[in-house]
Amino acid sequence: MFELKFNQDLCYHCNTQACLTKCKFMDIDNATAKNEILKIVRGEDSFVLHECVTCYACEEYCPYGNHPFYLIVERQEALGITPQPLPLVKRAINISIPFRGEPEINEINGPVINLGAFSQLKNKIQGKLFDGLSIISSDERKMFHYFCQLMYLHYGKISLIKERLPNVISTITKHKPAEVICFHDECYGAYTSFCNAYGISVPFRPVHLFEYLFSRLIKLRDLIKPINIKVAYQRPCSSRLCPDKHLYVNRIFELIGAVLVKRQFSDENALCCGLTIQGQKKEGSRKRALEIQRKNIEDIEMAGAEVCVFNCPACFDTLSIKLKERNIIPTFMSDLCRISIGEISFNDIKMSG
Amino acid sequence: MDSIYNALCDIVGKEYCSNLPEEIYIYSYDLGTAEPKKPDYVVSPRTVEEIQKIVLLARDKNIPLVPLGGGLSLAGLAIPQKGGIVIDLKRMDSIIEVNERARYAVIECGVSQGQLISYLKKHHPNLTHSEPGAPPAATVAGNIIIHGQGDLAHPYGFSSDMVLGLEVVLPSGDIIRIGSCALGSGWFTIHPLPDIGLFLGWCRTTGIITKLSIKLFPAKKIRGTGTFVVEDEELIPEIIYKITHTQIPEDIIVYSRAIPPFAKGLHHITVNLAADSEKELEFKQELIWDDTLGEYIKNDLGGYLGFTKELERPQISKTSDYKKGGGFEYVGGIMPIDTYPQCYIRGREISEKHDIPYTVTARIIGLAHSMMFAWTYAFNRADEETIKKAREALYETDELVIELGGVIWKPGIYGQRLVMDRLHPGTKNLMKKIKTIIDPLGIMNPGNWELL
Repeated sequence: MFELKFNQDLCYHCNTQACLTKCKFMDIDNATAKNEILKIVRGEDSFVLHECVTCYACEEYCPYGNHPFYLIVERQEALGITPQPLPLVKRAINISIPFRGEPEINEINGPVINLGAFSQLKNKIQGKLFDGLSIISSDERKMFHYFCQLMYLHYGKISLIKERLPNVISTITKHKPAEVICFHDECYGAYTSFCNAYGISVPFRPVHLFEYLFSRLIKLRDLIKPINIKVAYQRPCSSRLCPDKHLYVNRIFELIGAVLVKRQFSDENALCCGLTIQGQKKEGSRKRALEIQRKNIEDIEMAGAEVCVFNCPACFDTLSIKLKERNIIPTFMSDLCRISIGEISFNDIKMSG
Repeated sequence: MDSIYNALCDIVGKEYCSNLPEEIYIYSYDLGTAEPKKPDYVVSPRTVEEIQKIVLLARDKNIPLVPLGGGLSLAGLAIPQKGGIVIDLKRMDSIIEVNERARYAVIECGVSQGQLISYLKKHHPNLTHSEPGAPPAATVAGNIIIHGQGDLAHPYGFSSDMVLGLEVVLPSGDIIRIGSCALGSGWFTIHPLPDIGLFLGWCRTTGIITKLSIKLFPAKKIRGTGTFVVEDEELIPEIIYKITHTQIPEDIIVYSRAIPPFAKGLHHITVNLAADSEKELEFKQELIWDDTLGEYIKNDLGGYLGFTKELERPQISKTSDYKKGGGFEYVGGIMPIDTYPQCYIRGREISEKHDIPYTVTARIIGLAHSMMFAWTYAFNRADEETIKKAREALYETDELVIELGGVIWKPGIYGQRLVMDRLHPGTKNLMKKIKTIIDPLGIMNPGNWELL
């Protein structure tokens, strides 16, 4: 089994304890943080293992890239501390079991875009921005063969990721892709951050969707008409696994002339959408999730956004109805980019829901 | 020339009458596993008077009559077991009246679920009916006649509990009315006149319901579905008891199925909630998920999966995708809630025995006075072997319903016989007498509920 590359000396000598002191969901001072993280390092129980809402953010906060979140999930699993109640854990484990036969493997020998477990979102990768790209995982019946499995970080089941992810990588590799553009940054985080942390070999080059969109927009620059509209960005938890790609949000917005509104909960200070929190075992989790959603929505509204852009389909599903109720249009980054090159309009997005 | 055909053409017009093989073939089967039987004629009347004339013709010539609504019962209830005339009622599709203040609708018997939903949405957005989740082409009357249940079954019971008046053409050709409409004073109540419960649950063997008045209910601005997941089937009766004690949900459904894998071995309890404001919705959510079910979450026994502001209809038809050929049929049992664990375990066993992925669904009726528990079996329409397996599974399940102390809902002929064999002798005798008086020639949907 793959082992986490974790350097405990970095934690012993760390003076920031940023992994816990910056946590948006726990109020922890430096001394407590030091004590608790060292307990976790030693494999002892800590209240952090019980209180953690699994927002991934400490992966970004750690100044040394020492993977505190992966360590927390390792320890949760070892000590039998599941953030979600057991029936939801069982459901989650079952959800990604492929049951419609094997995928059809065609050798592509070129760039591909991988929809992962979001085959139903094929309509989000249309038009000139995606010309020349082959799609893998376009069949909803077979999509779990391409599912990166990282979701199990929310369920205290890191062993499942280690067990299943190599098979997924093997399936993708059989397509002989030159590079794999990851539709969701959770997949990108799996093939970069997680695989690096566990020494899992990835024989293809993963590309973050935003980086890809930026490079395509540069090539299509002549078609761009500035959008000139105020847009908010809802950062997902999986973005914490690849913070170096987060800067492409700004770059894309600048290129397409969209005005990125200033939010209280943005960048490092972002709040998750609350989806994974609502079902957690800890008392009051449902209300806590609603409160987080309220904060996000009010923040987006107060920032003056007319549109809110998502990368994560789960965040989109969680917040889009509430946004629409406030006349803010929810959309995906790819669709926002398509608007800028005149392929679709805001009205199309409104109409399509 | 065929004199019956000519007489039927005289009644409804040539374009609404047929004895062509390619057209009567369509009326020879339904979507379940029942053996097809061809009618001799198909006729589609537009008025009560036309129906009356068809009935008189059938009576005079002693020809079987099989009324047909949407034809979607799956149990073969409108298959002409003894040939004769199929009366396709889909042209009887007028929505005659919607009384907003008294919350009822008077409709003809061919009005479809989709038609009524769309009409109410457009013209009476504050009103809704108990919608069964059947295909939109299913008729409202058909669901009521078979004692169906809809998405307001939890607070208000069976769809047939929501009837406020009926107009019926008897096998004699007489037209009768039941309820306040019999006094000419509107269609607002079926009580307090002497009870004439002769037409619901009789599978159209006692007459043809042509008009009906049904209760409508407040359509709240927000309607949505929340889901709670449990692994231990033994907990379901207790959880349902607690949820129904709140008297808050509009609809409660429990399902478990082998495919897709997330549902295997787990019980998803979907709870529909309705509210006119976010404040009201949150009040209801708090009572259900936090106050009532919080202890199960805390003890690792159940999990809250979330709430979406859309109504999720039961979609057991998806089962038909499991095997090639798109076929499925189910046995519905009206069961005591306490039997849920046995219904689930034994249903899985029957499915596994016949190599069919299991699918079970339960809808709670009338504050948990009972549930409609459905065991669904998929088959390939082009593969006689899988049809045979499904049929055997269905028969075994009919027997299971009886064994567990339930009542088979809309039974096919096999299930009807099981019920009749066990019916209280006094009840059976009275039913025979009623049938003899009302349909002495036995022309109404013969083959079904044959007591004589």
